[in-house]
Amino acid sequence: MNFAIFRCCPASVLLKQYEKSTDAVMAALGVGLVDIKEFNCCGHPLKNYDYKAYLLASVRNLCVAEKYNLNILTVCNCCYGNLKNADHIMREDASIREEIGGILNREGLRYNGVIKIRHLLDFLYNDVGLDQIRQKQVKTLNKPKIAVHYGCHILRPREIAEFDSPEEPSKFDQLVEAAGAQSMDWNAKVKCCGASVFGVNDNLAMDMTEMKVNEARKAGAEFLCVSCVYCQLQFDRVQKMLGDKRKNIKPLPSILYTQLLGLCLGIDAETLGIHQNQISISGILDFMG
Amino acid sequence: MVHMVFNVLLYTSLGIFVLGLIYKISTWFTWKVGLLSEDITTATRFFAAIKGALGVIFSAKILTVVKVFILDVLCERRILKEDALRWLMHMLIFYGFMLLLLMHALDNFFSEQLFSDFYPTVNPFMFLRDLFGLLVIAGVAIALYRRFIMKIPRLKTNSMDHYAIIIVAVIMISGILLEGAKIISHGEFQSMVEEYGDLDDEEEIAALESFWVAEFGVVSPNVKAPFDEEILAQGRETHEAVCADCHSAPQWAFTGYAAGKVLSPMALTLDKIGGVDILLYIHFLACFVGLAYLPFSKMFHIIASPLSLIANAVMDLEKSDPANIATRQIMELDACTHCGTCTTRCSVGVTSELFKNASILPSEKIAAIKALASGKELGEQEIRHLQEGVYLCTNCHRCTDVCPVGINLQELWFNVRETLLKKGYPEFLTLTPFSYYRGINSGRMTEAQYLLPLKTAKGAIEDACRQIDAEGGVVPPTKWGDRAKKQLKITSDADTFSHCFSCTTCSTVCPVATNYGNDLEILGMVPHQMMQAVILGTPELVYRSGMLWDCLGCYECQQHCPQGVHITDIFYALKNLAIDEITEKRSS
Repeated sequence: MNFAIFRCCPASVLLKQYEKSTDAVMAALGVGLVDIKEFNCCGHPLKNYDYKAYLLASVRNLCVAEKYNLNILTVCNCCYGNLKNADHIMREDASIREEIGGILNREGLRYNGVIKIRHLLDFLYNDVGLDQIRQKQVKTLNKPKIAVHYGCHILRPREIAEFDSPEEPSKFDQLVEAAGAQSMDWNAKVKCCGASVFGVNDNLAMDMTEMKVNEARKAGAEFLCVSCVYCQLQFDRVQKMLGDKRKNIKPLPSILYTQLLGLCLGIDAETLGIHQNQISISGILDFMG
Repeated sequence: MVHMVFNVLLYTSLGIFVLGLIYKISTWFTWKVGLLSEDITTATRFFAAIKGALGVIFSAKILTVVKVFILDVLCERRILKEDALRWLMHMLIFYGFMLLLLMHALDNFFSEQLFSDFYPTVNPFMFLRDLFGLLVIAGVAIALYRRFIMKIPRLKTNSMDHYAIIIVAVIMISGILLEGAKIISHGEFQSMVEEYGDLDDEEEIAALESFWVAEFGVVSPNVKAPFDEEILAQGRETHEAVCADCHSAPQWAFTGYAAGKVLSPMALTLDKIGGVDILLYIHFLACFVGLAYLPFSKMFHIIASPLSLIANAVMDLEKSDPANIATRQIMELDACTHCGTCTTRCSVGVTSELFKNASILPSEKIAAIKALASGKELGEQEIRHLQEGVYLCTNCHRCTDVCPVGINLQELWFNVRETLLKKGYPEFLTLTPFSYYRGINSGRMTEAQYLLPLKTAKGAIEDACRQIDAEGGVVPPTKWGDRAKKQLKITSDADTFSHCFSCTTCSTVCPVATNYGNDLEILGMVPHQMMQAVILGTPELVYRSGMLWDCLGCYECQQHCPQGVHITDIFYALKNLAIDEITEKRSS
């Protein structure tokens, strides 16, 4: 099976380990990833400024994927939610379809709405399946305590995200447990990480992150686990900055799900970029059986 | 006479070229762009550059330089990686032109020194000259095809690109026509006979002439085909004795010969009006114009681009002397060839038409940045366009990754962004996730500098909304404009606001409201109040509330609303409206 991999813009500079670990895990699972040069921003940062520009950028990606006849696999909740939302609007609203479609026609692109937008977790849970994930493991993790962070746009709004229950989700927990970790029950599991206002209102963004870290610690977690570029940037880079600014914070390392799963699949720490995180996650290696 | 004119023109254009070169290189040390260069003097930058260059030459880094020079400069690896057709185009033009320059234009200095038997009319040199010319022409043809027929989305072609293509084309075409005109010219034939022939016998000359007309395409007013076999045989004999040693068959100059065939109906007229001399002047003039104007045209990349590639390979942001980075960033502006690779890969380029702002496209920003760096006062409109252009960037690094001349564009945008924001024009993009990268890099500037643009944007919103206060704090219900209605329609089902009955669920679940303890001093309004303000038709009340701009877009409110109000989507519509209206108010 092949997917057009949708990498999320800041990852190539700030989160290389996500690209590396995704590639390695997908290769191990026998999934082909195609990098399409023509992809552009999912439109997420444009929504505050000009919704039409967001739709244009987002829909263009769907058209490009259509040209290559490949479904899209995203590794970021914002990309996922925004592409799906744009797809939804294109189906529902004839005047938008005409306007946005018309602009894209000028560069020879067509929207027929045939492309499926998948999130990494959605693909792993629904297509690969927990059994397969367990079977493919060559190493077992010795139950590290993990607080699963879902992130917003994989859950909400429900009719767009279509992944799991927005109130009581469990699929990511199951995926983490399938990888040999212990998923902790905690209060702020479905709350926002704060990333979308970082750079606009840093105090608020850090408040959100701090709240999440405190709640996860309270539940006894040793790691956060995420599957979104912005959430990981927030829990890794920004939490590090937070540690420098607010002295009473005890940093909680955040591991990407692809890194966690990669370890179980026997992929080496170097390939997974385990040492590239800002707040070290190398403690996870102590849990390797 | 021709010789003297030639010399005057040559030395004049050479002089302009050298002065231009000195001027352009001096700007690398005097022009400034961005945070880094502000407090660094020209002298510091000059000496830092010398020290840096020596440091590279006398260290292991010289190996990197050699590697980059071979792979990226000579083999143009970075172009090949991105686009094979463009690589072919550039290799043809670059190598064709360089070889012509060395073998043909500078034959006194190179060909004659290297090859003792060099003579431009003798093979292989005669053939090679035409071959190299053909390479360049093929390259130019690909360039024309790419720029004008392929229709690559958002690839812009400006007057400098036209100039570059035209000057190369004129040099090449005039050269080929000149060669063709010479091949068929009877006058040329006569003067060659006089100069090299040492022939007195009229009959012998006539036989030679017949032979050249029959075999080599010379057009003669005296003799015409068909020729007597005997005369031709005599002509051949003379040719072999007198000409052949220093003149290969003109057919070997295949492009010129073909051009001659086309020109031959006009050959006698050309001879009469001195066609060869005219073409000679055009060819020389084009070369001299190209030389004199080189430092000021995009052809200057011949010098700046290799330096940019090398500088970027041996420098890095953290370790290099800031003075050298400041210098490099100016040099990079000259290295840009306006090839448009960055623009075709730009992650937000697709929005440039919608916003009617070409400065969103990386390749189009460079010109405005050059003006900014030179210290020229830009108009407000120009500044705002460039500011929007550099802020509307996801910092995906693709422009930098693909730049064939290795310009660190992303770093350039960062610097220009901060320079422009200091000018105090509100940039509402600061209130979007485009600010994320700036937030991550906040440590690179003072806190005041970091916060200023955010305050300016918020302040502009507050200013625009303050008009409401003027009327004694009583807000008149207004009818929503058509645009507002349209905007509310674009985000899916955003017109659901009218279903709100103020149950306050949204305000209760909102993580932002919760974080601030529902403090209206900070938030202005909480979500359910904002829905009521929309129902009342007073969106201005919402624009100024902190809650709107602090909204995380997490969709908790929308998810929990028992009435199915698309609160988060409505917030997006309101933010768009606020920015639209305030921008319009400011510009009117």
